[in-house]
Amino acid sequence: MAVSQLVGARIHRREDPRLVSGRGRYVDDMTLPRTAYLNVVRSPHPHARILTIDTTAAKAAPGVTAVYVAADFDAVLSGAMPVAPAFVAEKKTVPDRFPLARSEACFEGEPVAVVVAETKEQAEDAAELVEVDYEPLPAVWDLEAALAADSPRAHQDLADNVAWDLTYNADADASFAEAEVTVRQRIQQQRLAPTPMEPRGVMAEYRPQDQAMTVWMSSQNPHFIRLFVSGAMGIPENRFRVVSPDVGGGFGCKISPYPEDYLVPAAAKLLDRPVKWIETRTESVQATTHGRGQLYDVELAGKRDGTMLGLKVTQYLDAGAYVGTFGAFQAVACLVAGGAYDFRQVASRTIAVLTNRVPTDPYRGAGRPEATHLIERTVDIFAREIGMDPVEVRRKNFVKEFPYTNPFELVYDSGDYDKPLRRTLEIAGYERLRREQEEARSQGRLLGIGLSTWIELCGFGPSGATAPATGGLALTESAHVRVFPTGSVTAYVGTHSHGQGHDTTFAQIVADDLGLTMDQVEIRHGDTAEGTAFGYGTYGSRSLAVGGIALHRSCQKVVDKARRIAAHVLEAADEDVVFEKGAFHVKGSPDRSKTFGEITFAAYGMGLPEDMELGLEAISYFDPPNLVWPFGAHLCLLEVDPETGAVTLLRYIAVDDCGNVINPMIVEGQLHGGIVQGIAQALFEEVAYDEEGRLKTGTLLDYMVPTANEIPPIEMDRTVTPTPVNELGVKGVGEAGTIASSVAVINAICDALAPLGIRHVDMPASPDRLWNLIEHARSTAPQGGDR
Amino acid sequence: MKHKIRVTINGQVREDEVAPRQLLVHYLRDVVGLTGTHVGCDTSQCGACTIHVDGKAVKSCSIFAVQADGHEIKTIEGMAAADGTMHPLQDAFWNEHGLQCGYCTPGFIMAAAYLLEENPDPSEDEIRKGLEGNLCRCTGYVNIVKSVQRAAKTMSGKAEPEPASAGE
Amino acid sequence: MIPAAFEYARATSIQEAVSLLGRYGEDAKVLAGGHSLIPLMRLRMSQPSALIDVNGIQELDYVRVEGDRLRIGALTRHVTIQHSPEVKASLPVLAEIADEVGDNQVRNMGTIGGVLAHADTAGDYNTLALMLDAEIVTDRRRIPASDFFQGLMETALAPDELVCEVSFPVASGPHHYIKFRRRLFDWAIVGAGAQQLADGSWRVGLTNVGMTPVRARAVEEALAGGAAFDEAAAHASDGLSPSGDLRASPEYKLHLARVLTRRVLERASAA
Repeated sequence: MAVSQLVGARIHRREDPRLVSGRGRYVDDMTLPRTAYLNVVRSPHPHARILTIDTTAAKAAPGVTAVYVAADFDAVLSGAMPVAPAFVAEKKTVPDRFPLARSEACFEGEPVAVVVAETKEQAEDAAELVEVDYEPLPAVWDLEAALAADSPRAHQDLADNVAWDLTYNADADASFAEAEVTVRQRIQQQRLAPTPMEPRGVMAEYRPQDQAMTVWMSSQNPHFIRLFVSGAMGIPENRFRVVSPDVGGGFGCKISPYPEDYLVPAAAKLLDRPVKWIETRTESVQATTHGRGQLYDVELAGKRDGTMLGLKVTQYLDAGAYVGTFGAFQAVACLVAGGAYDFRQVASRTIAVLTNRVPTDPYRGAGRPEATHLIERTVDIFAREIGMDPVEVRRKNFVKEFPYTNPFELVYDSGDYDKPLRRTLEIAGYERLRREQEEARSQGRLLGIGLSTWIELCGFGPSGATAPATGGLALTESAHVRVFPTGSVTAYVGTHSHGQGHDTTFAQIVADDLGLTMDQVEIRHGDTAEGTAFGYGTYGSRSLAVGGIALHRSCQKVVDKARRIAAHVLEAADEDVVFEKGAFHVKGSPDRSKTFGEITFAAYGMGLPEDMELGLEAISYFDPPNLVWPFGAHLCLLEVDPETGAVTLLRYIAVDDCGNVINPMIVEGQLHGGIVQGIAQALFEEVAYDEEGRLKTGTLLDYMVPTANEIPPIEMDRTVTPTPVNELGVKGVGEAGTIASSVAVINAICDALAPLGIRHVDMPASPDRLWNLIEHARSTAPQGGDR
Repeated sequence: MKHKIRVTINGQVREDEVAPRQLLVHYLRDVVGLTGTHVGCDTSQCGACTIHVDGKAVKSCSIFAVQADGHEIKTIEGMAAADGTMHPLQDAFWNEHGLQCGYCTPGFIMAAAYLLEENPDPSEDEIRKGLEGNLCRCTGYVNIVKSVQRAAKTMSGKAEPEPASAGE
Repeated sequence: MIPAAFEYARATSIQEAVSLLGRYGEDAKVLAGGHSLIPLMRLRMSQPSALIDVNGIQELDYVRVEGDRLRIGALTRHVTIQHSPEVKASLPVLAEIADEVGDNQVRNMGTIGGVLAHADTAGDYNTLALMLDAEIVTDRRRIPASDFFQGLMETALAPDELVCEVSFPVASGPHHYIKFRRRLFDWAIVGAGAQQLADGSWRVGLTNVGMTPVRARAVEEALAGGAAFDEAAAHASDGLSPSGDLRASPEYKLHLARVLTRRVLERASAA
């Protein structure tokens, strides 16, 4: 790229002035004339047969425009909601899902009817009057119980509750035969509610005269929503527009299509008026897809000298009542279970279990936090078993040569795993911390130090791998750069920014590439009526490493054409014209020069080279040759109160490597937020249900998103190992913090509790859970016992 | 039955008729059209709806519009100076990257403005405690705390504000 | 989420509030700070037919020290109690408790009378009122705290009765309150309070370990008998049978009651 002025700089975000002024534009900030409000009637049962739905009273309520049940939508909606192959091409059982349950409701919160009224108050009032006669059915949610032959079925007509059972790699026997030490551990991943601060929301308007639908919604990937919903409604994509304006966070739960994404446009078409639905927080915790919800059995084979030989992993995944559209993505945990280590063999198997709960789907990290958690936890258990410092075990087994092909044929692009670890230990003062820990232990205090030397794969992804995974559409990324005659630029990108700051970072790339100031560059995204034919959205830490490259390549195409125009104007050979600092000049003759603006004007004028069309714009679709593999080393220092089980976080250190950095300020911000979401999983958050399978954590009073007070200061540094996969050398960072952090905290807790003989702690490590473990350890084992 | 209310919102007096059950936040958003105040939960934990009533930070999702009768309200839209100059807190959130998706931000700024009004020179712990009623899912609070520290300095005259767009 | 429809009436005097409560009947509720009530109404777990807004009754907003009593008007906001020089001087533990109720926004709206009348077993003021033998003064009578709290969110109040004041004994000796919780703005999982009176005796109370606030009499008696703090605190769970909840099992609550009681006594006497 040209001499870099903006790339790499801490440019403050261009989207912020409107957001700090209350002038953002989120879905619920917009209302069209004649808008009607939709309210969803949901099943209060984990599992029930729907005997009858009586809508008489609701239809008669003040202001009610319509009350619809499933059959009422048959005329405008067809087919089942989509389920992508993702990492499990062959699934065993995928229950068909229609946006409204017809005869059987299979999770608490499943939509069974909708009410549309003149005001949101009236819609909510009338929804209470819809009388649904349910016959409760036996429900199942415990993963092991669900796999038993005599278990109730998540749907009445299922042969069993297995959505899939796939062994990626069966063989690690040689490693285990050779092992001097094996350790095994069962590790829980509790269900989490993604909880973006803006819940979901959809508004739709259908114009029958134009046969055209417009949907405004809070989405991470409006093009995929257009694809799915237009198909279900039989409206061609070119007359189905999805706009995702300012979005108040996604974290993965705004990728897949939801029932309301179909029901609101369908109701708008049936009623011939705009319809709006805004999710409540209660609905968000209850019926927006959950993350995690997994159980792992892990076995590690190694030698007493610290060599790790083989690993066996079984993932039990709580799919929920239906398989989430991208639910099978979470099986990726099985493919990177070996983490940063050079295992000779890794065997892994994924089993997805249908239960009477809301479906699980990607949540920040989606499979990679789980992989990090299981391997980093098991490495610590192994280290303790052989009496070696966890740092040394890690170092001894790190992958050291790149590219590295793991046992699942995934190719780690680049890395230097010891580098961030060294820096982390240096910032922490590791040796001193260990001495302090010894001293604390001698006083009966439980101080713990936890490590996480994490890696991830992101930047999805090569078409060869991802087209089969989505059922046909490759996850490439597109960008359209338009240069106006007077030299300003609008770039349309297929990604979607909902906090990631693309309006700024992408403008940095374009401005540098074209030699412009930021003010001359406009970035647009989130409207399927603009830009390229298809965009792929933002998730999986892909926007920069895929979308950024598409944008960069479009800019290169613009520069190439502009250079040819400049050569023509300057009467020089194409190859003799240099583009530098926003101007074209003839090599060796800096005075024979034209500014970018002069050339852009010429591009729309007369006298272009004979074979050249007018105009200056370019479209690129970037299909990356490989995934990218960020990495890093985190360390958590904490203290456990031995009497109450309360955890106090003392320090958190993170040194991460995401390749070249476009805007360090934004990278740090992504890491801060990601780290805290992982800490939140480790200590606070869990979607909990009672003995009848009913949600206990339906509000933010009980679903414990932490406040500013539970979070320690975060100390940060960075190493830079550029990727060879793309020309900017960039990887991804949106999920890195979350992928790394939960296990750093849990490892620190296990380290703190080690003197009591406690080996493993599941999440969330709440005070009551820790107190129980401590009590149990004290009552069953002598001090110093190690089980 | 609707009730007549007379309120001053960001310096402007208005009169409206409101149903008793209309929440103040819905009145501000749907009737007055000030959509900068957001709704993030049903039970008053998240703080996205924080505004000032008579100079005190409150959660407008847990007050009925009818209760605002006779009171003075300030929302995020009323924070900038008449000439459009940002409030030091708005400027500081911009400068310190104190926001990402921006949804919780108006509530944080209003809560922080009250905090600095009460305590112009807060310690980091006091800032964190002062923001305990607001949840953010993006920033991990790190840069929010820095933003409030920066604004405190600016507002007490200890530091000159610098334009955010300059970068580093 | 939006509450079900209700009628609204504003009272400007105690008398008017009581007469409005009488007029609208049993399903009417008093609206004070509203931070417990309105969320319940939004979830439609509470659907009162009418709300009597008492926020305009100026005469209920006061803090007065009279002799050996600290009298606080029912409409006094947490923020006022938190910063009140009178409270800090005459019953500092109350100001410290107020400092930890909810968050700034909640403290700006919530009232002490509302907490008492709502009678949540996790209401920290309620524990203090009970352990110090406070009196709840209504429009028609004075109710000792020991009679006031009758069950889970149940009080001795008649449907049309209005809490007007809570009257605490003055106590500025060693004191402390521990609110054990996971997030700073959460309710107590278990709370423990200790106050030494002028005669040297201790009052000890517990929050969220039963249907009502709890006075730890066995602890008080042990201390009176000369027991050390840890010995006395071992009695903190005597006679309790708390129910478990999302955050704590009954056993854990009993354990916390003992640990926090010891700590609260130690910290009170160390301060």
